[in-house]
Amino acid sequence: MPVRVKKMRQDKKQQLLSVEGLSIGFATEEGPIRVVEDISFAVASGETLGLVGESGCGKSVTAQTLMRLLPSPPARIEAGRIVFEGTDLAQAGEARMRKIRGNELAMIFQEPMTSLNPTMTIGAQIGEALLLHRGLGAGQARPKVLEMLTQVGIGRPEKRFAQYPHELSGGLRQRVMIAMALICNPRLLIADEPTTALDVTIQAQILELMKALQRDSGIAILLITHDLGVVEEMCDHVVVMYAGRIAEAAPAATLFARPRHPYTAGLLAASPRNARRGATLTTIPGTVPPPGKRGQGCSFADRCARALERCRRDVPPLMDHDKVGSDRPNLASTIDSNNLARNLREKPVSAFSHPAPGDEHRVACWNPVP
Amino acid sequence: MVLYLARRLSASALILVGVTIVTFCLTFLIPADPVAMIAGRNSTPEMREQIRIQLGLDKPLVEQYVSYAQRLARGDFGTSYARKSEVGPLIASRLPATLLLMLGAIIAELLIGIPAGLYAASRRGETGDKVAMTLSFLTVSTPQFVLGLSLLYFFAYLLGWFPLSGYGSLSHLILPAVTLGLAGGGWYSRMMRSSMIEILRQDYIRTARAKGMSERRVMLVHALRNAILPVVAMIGLDVGIFMSGVVVVENVFGWPGIGQLMWQAIQSLDIPVIMGVTTVAALFIVAGNLLADLVAPLIDPRIRLR
Repeated sequence: MPVRVKKMRQDKKQQLLSVEGLSIGFATEEGPIRVVEDISFAVASGETLGLVGESGCGKSVTAQTLMRLLPSPPARIEAGRIVFEGTDLAQAGEARMRKIRGNELAMIFQEPMTSLNPTMTIGAQIGEALLLHRGLGAGQARPKVLEMLTQVGIGRPEKRFAQYPHELSGGLRQRVMIAMALICNPRLLIADEPTTALDVTIQAQILELMKALQRDSGIAILLITHDLGVVEEMCDHVVVMYAGRIAEAAPAATLFARPRHPYTAGLLAASPRNARRGATLTTIPGTVPPPGKRGQGCSFADRCARALERCRRDVPPLMDHDKVGSDRPNLASTIDSNNLARNLREKPVSAFSHPAPGDEHRVACWNPVP
Repeated sequence: MVLYLARRLSASALILVGVTIVTFCLTFLIPADPVAMIAGRNSTPEMREQIRIQLGLDKPLVEQYVSYAQRLARGDFGTSYARKSEVGPLIASRLPATLLLMLGAIIAELLIGIPAGLYAASRRGETGDKVAMTLSFLTVSTPQFVLGLSLLYFFAYLLGWFPLSGYGSLSHLILPAVTLGLAGGGWYSRMMRSSMIEILRQDYIRTARAKGMSERRVMLVHALRNAILPVVAMIGLDVGIFMSGVVVVENVFGWPGIGQLMWQAIQSLDIPVIMGVTTVAALFIVAGNLLADLVAPLIDPRIRLR
């Protein structure tokens, strides 16, 4: 199918960020601990990828590693590549990273209340990236900052410019954070739980703002959240993480329509939107095992109703969802997991009709939900 | 703001009244007779009684204090027993030297403490940090007369870089200012270090790094201004600490300030001078504290004075 191949090449070309086999470890007093294990995903220009998971699943560590913001030691990239516009950020030196941070790759954080410097004016903090990356003076940066404040929906920008963070509400501060991140027109915005600390109505406003800015500028967004409602609202593709690994990855619509990983299915079932009035909310029993206590086999096996003998023994690789599962038990049980993964990757595209990356629905489970 | 100032100033006035009362009582509790000092060893009881009446020391303590306070309120510090001159102009002539010395000491301690603290914080746990903190411990725990005499011996006597004593030029100022300020510098380096380490953990430091700025800029632009606040709050208190320090340092270096004056006054039980210097010192301590509080909101806009 030559047409298919061509389309795929185009998709490849548009990949802005591609994370390949990334593993992140921390040196602790009890020895080294793997926090993120062999994760791969890609973000294309102009799209929004949601990185979803519970607290402690490694999503924030992943986000900060992409920016190389974690102090090393103790944090360490143990394997993998982070390819951003042709540069491997996992190998990039500090000087190279400084040119990329805040310029082509920007980030906003969960806590707008504490993420702004209390002793600097809003205007100075937003304009700072222009001084760093564009070599502008404070006077030259001012009109651009005022314009940016207007763009993120902050009224009376002249007044806000001279104000200090403590004079602003949480919602306004997160708008300031967004203005700060976008001032140099980055290609990718990493948003780490941008609305978690905000009121529900303010949350909706901030999400609307991010969507509008994306429509105007074509910026790609990597949205890290634990809120499936936010994912449904915002994301084109979703990566679900559990205990440092990817459990499932799919286009958002596909994932919500047909979750294959028991964890994803459990999360969706536990979502209050799906609950019936008067009925008890569904929960997933147990808690996430902390890093270092994840044992062998699938980390979710102890909480999983569908767990097989094999789940406690072998870690399931991330596979195309219809190549594995209860409907094909002989395949899953006879082929060694690594071989299977390798086979899947090496199959010629024309013979296998491999879908474009990002469009595929992949799941890491020996016994997925049908 | 006006209300705040009014309240602070009236509280300061109360403190000053309290200080004069306590000092006044203390000078009379000393088991020595100033009249005997003035009259000399060969004086007769009649001569001493005459001096006592002349100075008003025969009246009850409360009456003495009230008349002293009344004169003080008019700006009259009284007359020195030993020098037979007005105490007010005497203090005024000595004060500039002491203020200059204190200013030098404040500059010295900031120039020592802030860079040392920044350095130690940026090398946290490494050898440089440990060396800096050991030195700061030594400076804090060295008595000022030991430090002053050591500096004089090495830098003035052996090396000849500075004059041995006296007043009048920058080279005269450096050794006494360092002697007075070094302990504060060691203290500040510790405060600065812990404050920086605390601030570098804040979310907004991560935001600053995410903008792509160098670690140096993060430290000097974003962290320093927040970390320096507790240090600035202390500078006002230093004036009080220095007031006791100048008595030692001015005597070691022959510095003609109110510390030296105080020392001489205590030796000759010159009560009006002791009272005057103490009152002026208290005035400066109170003013220093007030100044520190007034400066804080300029550095941290979250601080509101009310």
